[in-house]
Amino acid sequence: MSKRIDVKDLNVYYGNFRAVEGVNINIDARSVTAFIGPSGCGKSTFLRTLNRMHEVLPGARVEGEVLLDGDNLYGSGVDPVTVRSQIGMVFQRPNPFPTMSIRDNVLAGVKLNNKRMSKSDADALVEKSLTGANLWNEVKDRLAKPGSGLSGGQQQRLCIARAIAVSPQVILMDEPCSALDPISTLAIEDLIEELKTQYTVVIVTHNMQQAARVSDKTAFFNIAGTGKPGKLIEYGDTPTIFSNPTEKATEDYVSGRFG
Amino acid sequence: MSKLLTDAPAPAKRNTLTKNQLPGWAIWAVAAGSLILGAAVSSLIGFSLVSWALISAVIFVIAGYVVTLSVEGARKAKDRFATNLIFATFIIAVVPLISVIWTVLQNGIAGLSYNLVFTSMNGMTGMVDNETVANGTEVLGGAYHGIIGTLLITMWATIISVPIGLLTAVYLVEYSKGGALSRGITFFVDVMTGIPSIVAGLFAAALFGLIFGPSTRTGFVAAVALSVLMIPVVVRSTEEMLKIVPNELREASYALGVRKWRTVLKVVVPTAISGIASGVTLAIARIIGETAPLLVTAGFVNSINWNVFGGWMTTLPTYIYRQLMNPTSPTNVEPSMQRAWAAALILIIFVMLLNLFARLIARIFAPKTGR
Repeated sequence: MSKRIDVKDLNVYYGNFRAVEGVNINIDARSVTAFIGPSGCGKSTFLRTLNRMHEVLPGARVEGEVLLDGDNLYGSGVDPVTVRSQIGMVFQRPNPFPTMSIRDNVLAGVKLNNKRMSKSDADALVEKSLTGANLWNEVKDRLAKPGSGLSGGQQQRLCIARAIAVSPQVILMDEPCSALDPISTLAIEDLIEELKTQYTVVIVTHNMQQAARVSDKTAFFNIAGTGKPGKLIEYGDTPTIFSNPTEKATEDYVSGRFG
Repeated sequence: MSKLLTDAPAPAKRNTLTKNQLPGWAIWAVAAGSLILGAAVSSLIGFSLVSWALISAVIFVIAGYVVTLSVEGARKAKDRFATNLIFATFIIAVVPLISVIWTVLQNGIAGLSYNLVFTSMNGMTGMVDNETVANGTEVLGGAYHGIIGTLLITMWATIISVPIGLLTAVYLVEYSKGGALSRGITFFVDVMTGIPSIVAGLFAAALFGLIFGPSTRTGFVAAVALSVLMIPVVVRSTEEMLKIVPNELREASYALGVRKWRTVLKVVVPTAISGIASGVTLAIARIIGETAPLLVTAGFVNSINWNVFGGWMTTLPTYIYRQLMNPTSPTNVEPSMQRAWAAALILIIFVMLLNLFARLIARIFAPKTGR
């Protein structure tokens, strides 16, 4: 249950401003792909176009094709809600629903869509998702407590559990560790390693060591200057990008001479 | 000897960090001095409690500044001046409120009897009041019909206003894209907030006059008039509450493949519900005391009317107004005065209960924290 993503000539706009230009990328199923690059280069914007979260912002639009196992996400008549139920997302800041318990947060994707589910099925899904997010042992005795009472790292793993509970094909992560301490970061990185066996994972990160540790492939984005669109500079196997990149800009960035 | 010497307490060394600081009692001394000086000055111009309090307050604010300036320096003096000024204005703001509550309690508690709460003015004529005064017996007749009218009309106004106000706010915050429609709605909501209540009453009276014939007066017409006043308050408070729901929660919901209307219904509104509920309760408290629009829409009767769709109705404010302006017995006004004050007390109790209720709701619905 994981699908590959192929992007063809993608341009992303905010109103008349072109934020990302001409991206072509092929993301394999059951792999971890990291997007790196300086702030404002459009990597988060690009990530959000992969599950049509981009268009939630007013004035945002997209040109080009994003194919999920060959199906164009931006084809006419495609319901963004269907797209998002197949491509889950974890955000930079942990955002559990404050009105819901830990259990209800995990079941949010089911409950908010009013799907019927027996209590035993729901219990099984909660345990499976929380175990999958490496959180079960920490919260199994307080599932009825509010999710906002957890620590930041636990909240982020709760958000991952919430995302995998709807059994998506792909999981997008937008700097999931930037608000977390090193121990929680390690927990999330271990989790990404495990998620890879079942899901296609795409992660945006500012931390190059993290990209080197967790990803199979790395894409480097850069921006020519303020007001210019961001571009995909180089995309390849992670070891190659970090040790022997073809582009000068990539080498400057990963070696710390830039950005 | 030597042991004694070493055990002797070292001479108290003054903490140099507390240099140039006024001791804690200094400000109370200044306050006492201001009160004495205030009494002296106010007795020069003719002593009264109000002039004493006002002059003392002015002296206190100035003296506090001067004393602090001389010992602690300019920065501390400015701080003291601002603090005292803020306290003084706070007290000035609270005094009328306490005075109103005190006066109403003082005058109203005597009239707050079983008769007042559970009987209407049906059959009460000037003769009855004259006899009451002549014989010194208990005041007959009460505001039962007014209590019922207030509760029913307010309930209907709420039933009309809350759905309209809530949905308008949801449209403005969640669906509008800042176009002409939403700007228009915002503008007219602002205008409606400033509408004089009598105009709202005339609007409702004219509207129902057009449809059901001139001088149609029922409780429902009054409820419509009150909802004209209530809707903008509900829209405004709900809008503010929806705006502070973090966008991240909406995005989290969208990212789970949840439709927009479900996101609004099950994530955004529940997160904001405590604020919305207390906003609605305060809006009710705002309209429950309206008088003018009720006189022109619901009329005035002495008997109990449970039907908001037929017949005239009395509410507590109009009841108070009538008892004061047209006492039941023109020659013996005391029973009417007593009834009016007691009804005012009931009205204030209603408003206070509503405010308490609003706080309770806010606490019950507030997003839970804890481990």
